[in-house]
Amino acid sequence: MGKLQGRAFIFKDNVDTDQIYPGRYLELTDPKAIGAHAMEGADPAFAAKVRPGDIIVAGRNFGCGSSREHAVITLKEAGVGAVLALSFGRIFYRNAINLGLPAIRLVDEPKLEEGDLLTIDLEGGTITVSSGDVQSFVPFPPEIREIIQGGGIIPLVKSEQQE
Amino acid sequence: MHALEKILARAAGKAQVRAGEMVTAAVDLAEINDLYLQVIQSFQAMGGKSVWDPDKVVFVFDHYSPPPTPKAADNHRIMREFAAAGGITHLFDINAGVCHQVMPEAGLVRPGMVLVATDSHTTTHGAFGAFATGVGATDLAVALIRGTLWFVVPEVVKIQLTGKLGPGTAAKDVVLGLLQRLRADGAVYKAIEYAGPALADFSIAERMVICNMAVEMGAKTTYIQPDGKVRAYLAERGIKDYPVYTTDPDYEYAEVHEFDVGEVEPLLAAPHSVDNVHPVGDYAGKAVNQAFIGTCTGGRLEDLEMAAKVLRGRKIPPGVRLVITPASKEVFLKAIETGCIQGLVEAGATVTSPGCGPCLGIHQGMLGPGEVCITASSRNFPGRMGSPQAEIYVASPLTVAASALRGRITDPREVLEEGS
Ligand code: SF4
Repeated sequence: MGKLQGRAFIFKDNVDTDQIYPGRYLELTDPKAIGAHAMEGADPAFAAKVRPGDIIVAGRNFGCGSSREHAVITLKEAGVGAVLALSFGRIFYRNAINLGLPAIRLVDEPKLEEGDLLTIDLEGGTITVSSGDVQSFVPFPPEIREIIQGGGIIPLVKSEQQE
Repeated sequence: MHALEKILARAAGKAQVRAGEMVTAAVDLAEINDLYLQVIQSFQAMGGKSVWDPDKVVFVFDHYSPPPTPKAADNHRIMREFAAAGGITHLFDINAGVCHQVMPEAGLVRPGMVLVATDSHTTTHGAFGAFATGVGATDLAVALIRGTLWFVVPEVVKIQLTGKLGPGTAAKDVVLGLLQRLRADGAVYKAIEYAGPALADFSIAERMVICNMAVEMGAKTTYIQPDGKVRAYLAERGIKDYPVYTTDPDYEYAEVHEFDVGEVEPLLAAPHSVDNVHPVGDYAGKAVNQAFIGTCTGGRLEDLEMAAKVLRGRKIPPGVRLVITPASKEVFLKAIETGCIQGLVEAGATVTSPGCGPCLGIHQGMLGPGEVCITASSRNFPGRMGSPQAEIYVASPLTVAASALRGRITDPREVLEEGS
């Protein structure tokens, strides 16, 4: 796993999956169409502003609420490179790992501003902010690192199927 | 070990497991609801050929029942074809109801099982002593192929319920009271066990309410030690054979909380968060446009009966919409039989087909900008039932019915005291 780099988009505590991806779009199945509604319930302009690799930085319990995998698909399709939060709704967390979107649990309140450039070292477990500040995060357990390294669970299970 | 640990140990083929350990557990039941065609897409992307055990797979068409758009109808078609091609035994079509009511009614949920479903409210089935948890679509697809999933063995938070429910209150008020105390992230990654003398008095329906909304505290799963009420519920459905695990006396809980249900008053969760909980009285008088009784949280026979108790022989004011969505066909038929539906319709209710109804903002009673809804469902997130500019208040069926009757948020004790 290498390094990720992107601008920070800051969100508050308890951003639920209805805000990440409103229920009325759940019937959509084309990933491109799903990506157009990223974070619409929290910031309707997000999908237009976000650039590939950008990073969501949130407080506690990001992705609480429903089990919708669309919440991860929409972020990935919109170009989000990683999500940092103090804690995650557990189904969102599982979905992110399964689809290969790094969901990273911060140790401390993030000290950074909207738009700061962040560099994440997945191996070393550090986040460097453009202002020079360095923060650490809870490293992934080996089982989860294996899934993320493989680009998510789909290629992993697929290779098993072909054996 | 905790009973939940014993379930996971059995499913993982281990003698012992401990909190924090990651295990690969055999799945006993995997349910897919109609929101997630993604399950089939991921299954195919992973090269899945056949499901691991067609008897252990369940499809429930509940969120789009009946389909509100051509796309939803087409998603149903693809799921029906997938189920038929795979010889999948259990497919509950649009007339059946919401998955968390339909599965126990059909006798598919049993103590000691590992149950996963593509829905966060899968925590409901802890009421029957199962290890039940919500997963995403790709996770479910992995289970369809492998028959197993990885889980981190959770720590357990025990909630000891004491006392007796007071007038005008319901199990819903208890779980709102717990949310007020533990907050929306109070049990993230953990299991919640409900116990205590008040719990023993709770009906199956009441237990399902508090297990259902445990996920609003972030809980991964719930547990209630199966007792005579659970055995009777299962026996009615012809089910007698199942393991019942019990927690060892030396098991150490992560946290223990005591909660006196007798002290709880009618509560509501105000916009826009499930833990923004206040006494109903604090919002008394606020005009409502819509009142909703239904869902996997508040659409059982007992909930409709509570509403009928408030509304029978009375009329809701013009301009107020009261939407009733029975949780299942079985609930609907019983509510017709008891006269409950007639009482509600005469009072001015609109009854929809069994299922999720307007709970997740896709059809059958969506909210416009600036509208106010009081609901017996579980969530008041911004935009949950339509416009993000709408306000949603989550309360008990009694409070919802009393508020519909007055056209403004009302403490049900006021209406109940008047008699009917
Ligand atoms: S009734 Fe509401 S909360 Fe329950 S499964 Fe349906 S949409 Fe989800």
